Amino acid sequence: MCGIAGIIHRGKSSNVGGEMTAMLQALKHRGPDSTGYAVYRENGEDYVMRVKIAEAEDMGRGRGIHAVLEERMAKVDEILAEHGANVKQKERVRPYALRYVLTHDGNTGEMAEHIEEIDDVEILSLGNGLELIKDLGDASVVAEAYGLDDFQGTHGIGHTRMATESDVDIKSAHPYWAFPYNDVSVVHNGQITNYWIMRREMERKGHRFMSNCDSELLAVYTAHNLANGIPLEESLRRSIEEIDGVFTYLVCTKDQLGMAKDTMAAKPLVLYESDDLIAMASEEVAIRAILPHEIDTTDPYDEEVRVWQA
Amino acid sequence: MASVTDAELKGMTQEDRVKALGMTTDQLTGRSMYIEFDPDATERFAYPWAPDVDFNKRTELDCDGMTATEVNANIRSLMEDGFGTIVIKNPRGMHSLGVGILNKLNLIIEGSTGYFAVGLIDGPNVRINGRVGWSCGENMMSGTVMIEKNAGSTFGAAIRGGDLVCRGSVGSRTGIDQKGGTIIVGGDTGALSGFMMQRGRMVVCGNAGKNLGDSMYDGTIFVGGEIKSLGVDAVEAELTELDQAWLTRKLTQFGLMPEKGVAHFTKIVAGKQLWNYDNLEPNEKKLIL
Repeated sequence: MCGIAGIIHRGKSSNVGGEMTAMLQALKHRGPDSTGYAVYRENGEDYVMRVKIAEAEDMGRGRGIHAVLEERMAKVDEILAEHGANVKQKERVRPYALRYVLTHDGNTGEMAEHIEEIDDVEILSLGNGLELIKDLGDASVVAEAYGLDDFQGTHGIGHTRMATESDVDIKSAHPYWAFPYNDVSVVHNGQITNYWIMRREMERKGHRFMSNCDSELLAVYTAHNLANGIPLEESLRRSIEEIDGVFTYLVCTKDQLGMAKDTMAAKPLVLYESDDLIAMASEEVAIRAILPHEIDTTDPYDEEVRVWQA
Repeated sequence: MASVTDAELKGMTQEDRVKALGMTTDQLTGRSMYIEFDPDATERFAYPWAPDVDFNKRTELDCDGMTATEVNANIRSLMEDGFGTIVIKNPRGMHSLGVGILNKLNLIIEGSTGYFAVGLIDGPNVRINGRVGWSCGENMMSGTVMIEKNAGSTFGAAIRGGDLVCRGSVGSRTGIDQKGGTIIVGGDTGALSGFMMQRGRMVVCGNAGKNLGDSMYDGTIFVGGEIKSLGVDAVEAELTELDQAWLTRKLTQFGLMPEKGVAHFTKIVAGKQLWNYDNLEPNEKKLIL
């Protein structure tokens, strides 16, 4: 089933981390396996990079795993130095989850590709605004572990996952970063039926996939379009024509939040819009978790595409 | 209603049971049929165990901190205590509120609900001051439901009877598998509305999305605005004077009568080319319905 949620504040920052936690916790019944956030602070000079150096389940594979993780972490540091990145802050949020704040003048895409050559290392996000966090458990568990309850930012999207076509692990959890394009993330509720055809097409164009989750395709597809100069709104419209299946998905860039609904409108989304805040979720109960007073909400229709600016 | 016990009902044939409960005994002739319960009838359908409630006995129920199961159990308990008017406060998008009420009752929900609001009901009059999520009124059998704002998809899925009204706009697949009753939408409806509709009437005062009435077996859809496209086997039919009189009566009843009247409404029915429905034996038809 899965649950998705998104929020965007127009022209100001807010406690996006706390708001997303409240919304995602209200959607726990739609997906208890894992929870993920893509939250955006106001763009700064520094890059923030979130890296996963193992799966959560790897931690139960004996004491040797700790030495392996130390080795992987050292390799990440080495590659960052090799590419001239200046690491200003490094945090090991969980044994397998790292957060770097760094400055870098070179090609971040090349650096990201180099880092991902390390076995079992995956960059979850890289950008000036985006921080992508995903892990097993519900929103309250993930928010507490990663200190998200007071994250100040302008917008964000999130996901509660009920695993259907792929494993219960972090690499199959949402959101997906649109590797290697900074600050682009995707969450999705649905099934993509031409996944393998589209995936092969994207792979032929040089894109990499880290999982077998069909939702990752949307991130890669969006990244490909954006890299080719196609605006987000046009990319969303094209996806309805080119991607088969039933889906509702949300995309964030550093200053935009967009949504697209498939031609059958088979996957839910409830939308609330005001002058300074837009909130959306698979179910109204998630919006009510942050806006308990009476509000007007709507259901976007089939083939509907919307994009909002922060 | 005529007093009849559970034990007596169990001993009856299906036909006698239907008669004893005051239900219609129409024969399935294969032609379009519309059956309304007579609101003036002195003897209304009611379940033998239904509590006797007093509409003038009113109470409020605050959902804050309660689960849907607790709210629904409280509604039943209040009906047992004779309360005929119950006001639900702070629903905040909660799912499955007011489901399975098989009794006369004035239920007022002050706020918005989630999925399956007042599904499987048989008899109550419901007013919801907010918005409702997916599948509001699913499988309702009788009663009246009025929603003041918008509704999600599959509004009135598989309803058998009663009036289900939304003043605002609704999502996709409105009245999917509708088997009777009336669905009225003050605004627009989304794609595939009336999909596999089998009986009853749907009125959309605004626009209808694509594939309206796709694969409908029977029933009638009236649309006041634009229709994006018709579904497979859905065809336009003549809007008769009787249709207009019925639309006028229904829309006036719910305060949704357009200023320009109803003569501009488009009437959609089944072309009956997909499925040779009229040639089915009654028993086969019962299986489908």
